[in-house]
Amino acid sequence: MTAVAPAPARRTLRNPRAMARWGVVLALVALILFGWARYDNFLSEYNILSFLRYNSMFALIALGMCFVIITGGIDLSVGGVAALGSVVAAYASGYGLAAGVAAGTGAGLLAGLINGLVVTRLKIAPFIATLAMMLAAYGTALLLAGNQSVSVSWDTAFITFGQNDFLGFPIPAWVMLAAFVIGWVVLEHRPIGRRILAVGGSEDASRLMGLSVETILTGVYMASGALAGLAGVILAAQFGAGQPTEGVGWELFAIASVVVGGTLLTGGVGSVAATFAGAMLLALLFNVLNFENGKGWISLSAYWQSVIRGAFLLLFVLIQARIATGEEDD
Amino acid sequence: MADTSVQVHRPAEAAPRRASMAEAVRRYGVLVALVLLILFNAAFTPNFLSWQTVNVNLTQVCAIVIVGVGMTLVIAAGGIDLSVGSLMAISGTLAPLIFMGKLFPVSPGLGLALAFTVPIVAAALLGLFNGWLVTRFRIQPIVATLVLFIAGRGIAQVMTNGNLQVFKEPTFQFIGLGRVLGVPVQVILMAIIVAVAGYALTRTVFGRQLLAVGGNPRAARLSGIASKSISRWVYAISGALAGLAGLIVVARNGAADANLVGLGMELDAIAAVAVGGTLLTGGRASVIGTLLGALVIQLVRYTLLANGVPDAAALVVKAGLIILAVWIQQRAKGSS
Repeated sequence: MTAVAPAPARRTLRNPRAMARWGVVLALVALILFGWARYDNFLSEYNILSFLRYNSMFALIALGMCFVIITGGIDLSVGGVAALGSVVAAYASGYGLAAGVAAGTGAGLLAGLINGLVVTRLKIAPFIATLAMMLAAYGTALLLAGNQSVSVSWDTAFITFGQNDFLGFPIPAWVMLAAFVIGWVVLEHRPIGRRILAVGGSEDASRLMGLSVETILTGVYMASGALAGLAGVILAAQFGAGQPTEGVGWELFAIASVVVGGTLLTGGVGSVAATFAGAMLLALLFNVLNFENGKGWISLSAYWQSVIRGAFLLLFVLIQARIATGEEDD
Repeated sequence: MADTSVQVHRPAEAAPRRASMAEAVRRYGVLVALVLLILFNAAFTPNFLSWQTVNVNLTQVCAIVIVGVGMTLVIAAGGIDLSVGSLMAISGTLAPLIFMGKLFPVSPGLGLALAFTVPIVAAALLGLFNGWLVTRFRIQPIVATLVLFIAGRGIAQVMTNGNLQVFKEPTFQFIGLGRVLGVPVQVILMAIIVAVAGYALTRTVFGRQLLAVGGNPRAARLSGIASKSISRWVYAISGALAGLAGLIVVARNGAADANLVGLGMELDAIAAVAVGGTLLTGGRASVIGTLLGALVIQLVRYTLLANGVPDAAALVVKAGLIILAVWIQQRAKGSS
């Protein structure tokens, strides 16, 4: 890894990690071009807007996951926390839009705080701490909701938040965009971003440098929890109900987005923009499959989407593994 | 029983008194918890001490234990296997497709023989694929097995187009419904698997090498252990056991639903392993512990349900239980 050893001959790329990130952007562009050339209404306003409206939830969760993974952790609780957030938001939406959004996001923030404390104070591996939180969040959501979905009254500002547009762009997509811009600024243009990367690179070294590792880690889990809660708010506002059983497997979709975006699960490296591209790419695969079915040439059931997503994940992971082997010394 | 908890390279001698206390809690905590739960239920839950209750609880826990044994081995070797639930779905949907002759025409006898073997072999091969990704490309186990977690259930759904397959086939369903001398066949299978895996882990070279790979991969490699080959085997075993669990589940239900078979199993199995005292970072493992861990989780749920606590609250309790168990583990490790 260090620059002491003579570079092997196959090491031709100057910055392989950046190449991996460009790879996901290139794949995304290629897929969009493919769809545009092949399907009539692929780049129609309707398709683009409904695509962004629906997938904003997954992108928000992927953003939080990106930060957690950069610190070398993982957050398996996001699906359960989103379900909890949707239930809490649905109940609170009776008191207005602001109450709904704040309560749902706040519930997520609280779950994230507990995750952070369990990881930093009890020193329990993030994998287990957040797995337990997933169970606890689903349990709490089901208890609060009495094992059924919690309906939100229509014709309220809360429903508008999920279903209407602002300046011709879905409101959830604005939320997603804002979150990613903030995330990008924080990670790449603020001192705190450097610190988060440093903690992921080496906790011991960061501690010796005087960084408050525990505070940074707790903050990152809180951010992930809050974003998952916000995704739950959008879920409730978009579909008009708080859904205590929704969100199963969202955490793994988020992890896949982050991995496809070239972020290493070992921590210390990561890109917000590439995570966004990764989430969009995985979501777009499903969209393209729908259009392909619409053409009638093939008839692939919706079940193929997970097979294709898995194959894409495999492809990206293998490419990255090849690049990573090129980087290593042995 | 504690003898089955094995670990490699750890200065066990000369541990101070407090450490031995924490160590005792770590070793016997699950067992004590199980005994307390049984005593509590015997005193307060009506009809608890009946053959029927024992059977209900054991059959509920069978699939989790069988998958959990594979997970114990994978975790002991320093990995993790998220794909087990999806592999269960593949094997569980493959078996009825075979004996109902939907894949290829077969005679009934041959079809049944193949229905028992092909799904397990397929799951083992997919497990081997996981191991290949981990060892050949040095992909982190979470990511490597995430591929089949996502794609595996999709493959099972595509094979059946997501439809429920209902069947009535007594010979095949014997592994899920049959009894020998009053004991359910699946419980016997579980006992055999736990015994064999426990023996292999503690008393064979393979087991010691596996723990060495999980405890300190570099030292293991330098001491000449074929660590890559061991890792691949471990993932293949985990796959095969998930395949068997898939067969048991569909045989018990008389129906194969690719959407539901094994859903969330990876988490149940990991929870059982964690509660059972296996170190999640590898190097120390107990197969009996996993059995006890699964029984404790199941009995806690049963106790709560039998005493009128809703299932959702039981989830929250389970979460607390996992954290508590792992915390005790860590304390014992830190003080030794």
